Amino acid sequence: MYRYDEFDQDFVHARVAEFSDQVQRRLAGEITEDQFRPLRLMNGVYLQLHAYMLRIAVPYGTLNSRQLRMLGHIARKYDKGYGHFTTRQNIQFNWPALSDIPAILADLASVEMHAIQTSGNCIRNVTADHFAGAAADEVADPRPYAEILRQWSSVHPEFSFLPRKFKIAVTGAERDRAAIQTHDIGLHLKKNAAGELGFAVYVGGGQGRTPMVAKKIRDFLPEADLLSYCTAILRVYNLYGRRDNKYKARIKILVHETGVEEITRQIEAEWQELKDAELKLPEADIQAINAYFAPPALTARPEGDDAVKQARLDSKSFSEWLDQNVVTHRHPDYAAVTISLKGIGEVPGDASDSQMEAVADIAEKYAFDELRVSHEQNLILPHVARADLKKVYDALVEIGLATANSNLISDIISCPGLDYCALATARSIPIAQEISQRFASLERQREIGELKLKISGCINACGHHHVGHIGILGVEKKGSELYQVTLGGSADENTSVGEIIGRGFSSEEITDAIEQIVDTYLGLRLSSDERFIDAYRRVGPAPFKEALYAGETKAA
Amino acid sequence: MKVLTANRLSDGIAVWYADGGWAETVGHADIAHDKTGEDRLETIGAAAAANNEVVDVNLIDVEVVDGLVEPVRLREKIRAAGPTIRTDLGKQAAPEAIGA
Repeated sequence: MYRYDEFDQDFVHARVAEFSDQVQRRLAGEITEDQFRPLRLMNGVYLQLHAYMLRIAVPYGTLNSRQLRMLGHIARKYDKGYGHFTTRQNIQFNWPALSDIPAILADLASVEMHAIQTSGNCIRNVTADHFAGAAADEVADPRPYAEILRQWSSVHPEFSFLPRKFKIAVTGAERDRAAIQTHDIGLHLKKNAAGELGFAVYVGGGQGRTPMVAKKIRDFLPEADLLSYCTAILRVYNLYGRRDNKYKARIKILVHETGVEEITRQIEAEWQELKDAELKLPEADIQAINAYFAPPALTARPEGDDAVKQARLDSKSFSEWLDQNVVTHRHPDYAAVTISLKGIGEVPGDASDSQMEAVADIAEKYAFDELRVSHEQNLILPHVARADLKKVYDALVEIGLATANSNLISDIISCPGLDYCALATARSIPIAQEISQRFASLERQREIGELKLKISGCINACGHHHVGHIGILGVEKKGSELYQVTLGGSADENTSVGEIIGRGFSSEEITDAIEQIVDTYLGLRLSSDERFIDAYRRVGPAPFKEALYAGETKAA
Repeated sequence: MKVLTANRLSDGIAVWYADGGWAETVGHADIAHDKTGEDRLETIGAAAAANNEVVDVNLIDVEVVDGLVEPVRLREKIRAAGPTIRTDLGKQAAPEAIGA
């Protein structure tokens, strides 16, 4: 993985020193909250309901054991023994004292981590496919490009005060696991007919109160032009993006109001001025960054087939976990493992200090010291020899992280909601927990098949409800929590925004409603191979409306 | 009926104005029963913010139940107790403190 060079390390240390000084001056009353707020936000410090919150960047979701161990240490020493992995592949701590944050940032810097640009109207943490470098279906590892974007966007003087925040995602496979079409810029790394690497470029996706699927504005951008083209997009946005209304300030609104054709023309015109200048990426630089992401030496481990076969016979639960949480690796003797942070009835995305440390140990011992955070709020071991899968499974069982529910209905994305967040209008986590409990039987979940359920506690949609096969949005209505349901959303290569199915449900009704939707699907699917999303696209909302609301219409 | 709430600058912990200072629980917060009372609390809040004791100062609606102040809105109930999904954390973790 990427290692800081001297420049990176000096930069991060300098920032720790600068922000520590700002914190000291704030605590001493030398600067006001109005002066301090933008400074703390630039360093990932929010104020929530109960305390401050610190959001730490995990660039493109890649971590090593030492870093995860440090996160566990921070959870224990400065927080309340746990952390929350987010949909931006980052981690948040919910209880740090402001006075401790300089020490936390110094600890982070010692393992090449920081909290820079995890908030504010700048380019946020660039996300990538969590199976990058391991996926069997990938054209090339997208992370070197994410790293190039990270270096370019870090304290970029022109793009530090954008109209609004700006999110970029990169995938290297046809099957999009990075939700690129829900991003301000989505990049799909691919090869052209000549075998050269480049990107399909999508612009103007986003969720929030106005969900939009990104528009493809270029089918193939040569890799050398990555930064000049992104600069052109950001320049057009920075110039014309709305600053008069926070809710209309994202690039998705600009793309929508300007029209795809015209905005593409503007971007291309801007790019003509930039494309052959200093932003053109030299091949040697790309190679230098690529070298950091050289895959680990995956030696042949052909004994894996027999080992897995035997272990399957010995343990049904291992066999189920293998089927659900383990995916094919590009090397036949290896596999990529999803560590579910969605235990039945648990808080989605939360991990305790000791779990973090134990997972770090597992990664060090069996997974070439490499870990990923997925945007679906799970942890990933990207490279595990099949021969070691049973040992990894056993170690995960010991720490309660072997739930075999990846991509099933209890693998829920949920924002923190009103239990923590100052912006939330309703709670998300208790709803996720109740649904997870209702569908606790893994047998039943597997019978249902792939089902992406996502919950947000306010219209800002941090829980990605718009692109859930089933989405739940919590709002406040007449002083009570009310949950709106959307169906038919998706965040893969066929991205779609879900449609509101009808009136909302109270917190007491919502789990029953979800069960009714699932039962309706089971009753109408053509076969067990037809996933929920495929069935919904075939039949539309009518049968689900009928199941949920028919009684009411008749009564009325 | 309103009380004054904020978060303490140094650690961000939710606090309520009570008896001349900032209490960590809402139960005995000073209640404003009318506009004059609200103005008084607002003046106190503005001064405390200016003095860098607290941030995010707000007046919130409350009622009195069994002699203790309770916020009306769910958001403020959760601030006063802690996350509903982690009853081992926040003010609720030390229930004796709530009535204190």
